[in-house]
Amino acid sequence: MPLDPSFVGRSWPPTGPYLVGREKIREFAQAIGATDAEYHDPEAARAIGYPDVVAPPTFPTVVTMAASRQIVADPALGLDYSRVVHGDQRFAYTRPVVAGDALVCVNTVEEITQRGGHDFLTTRTEVTTEAGEPVVTAWSKLVQRGAS
Amino acid sequence: MSDELQTQTYRVTRADLIRYCGASGDFNVIHWSDRLATAVGLPGVIAHGMYTMALAGRAVTTWAGAPDAVVDFSVRFSRPVPVPDTDEGTEVQISGVVKEVTEDGLTKISLTATCHGEKVLSLATATIRKS
Repeated sequence: MPLDPSFVGRSWPPTGPYLVGREKIREFAQAIGATDAEYHDPEAARAIGYPDVVAPPTFPTVVTMAASRQIVADPALGLDYSRVVHGDQRFAYTRPVVAGDALVCVNTVEEITQRGGHDFLTTRTEVTTEAGEPVVTAWSKLVQRGAS
Repeated sequence: MSDELQTQTYRVTRADLIRYCGASGDFNVIHWSDRLATAVGLPGVIAHGMYTMALAGRAVTTWAGAPDAVVDFSVRFSRPVPVPDTDEGTEVQISGVVKEVTEDGLTKISLTATCHGEKVLSLATATIRKS
């Protein structure tokens, strides 16, 4: 079943705030082997102008992947998650995520295409603070492999 | 800063993937179960694409000398990274070259990520702000 093309351009209401914890950033940094002091030590982060520890560049995926369930879990879209692989990923940063941020996501389906029996779904997630201050925008392209 | 990112080699083991599952919240079975990974046609457990992207991010921030230097970062996952259930696991190598320095002080870097000599990322670019 191809993905429902009427989803293109659709946006969802903002997700509930994700409260970024200092220990979550440390856990993520440790998991990717990133030992930079600014990811672990609040004093080191304050020394470069942030109120608390800074998150590594791909940390926003923790927030946006959870938020994207709004889209991919909608049965009307027709996505079979067992056949999905990650195609592309992009982040455009206004600033790094910092511990203490309460982040809200607004998801939009940008594009749905078909090629070679595969379906491609491109989503955009605007990540802001609760006050609406932009933090990062994430684009994700998922590939639903054709049924064999 | 030089015009080339010296090649960084990162070892990736099953334990790393399990830890990344927990840290990222991505518990897709293909990242921890050989049985379920092979059932969907993969050679076995593969690394999260986002784990490989995170390693590329480490290479970039290390080279930039600042954890907050990256202003834009994009990749295409062109090939899976199989991670065997051995003590050695596998290795991912990240390198890069400066493609452009813009008038407003941004540096665009083209990245290469390989596993066993084969490219696992394509169209991988990072834009950093020099401090």
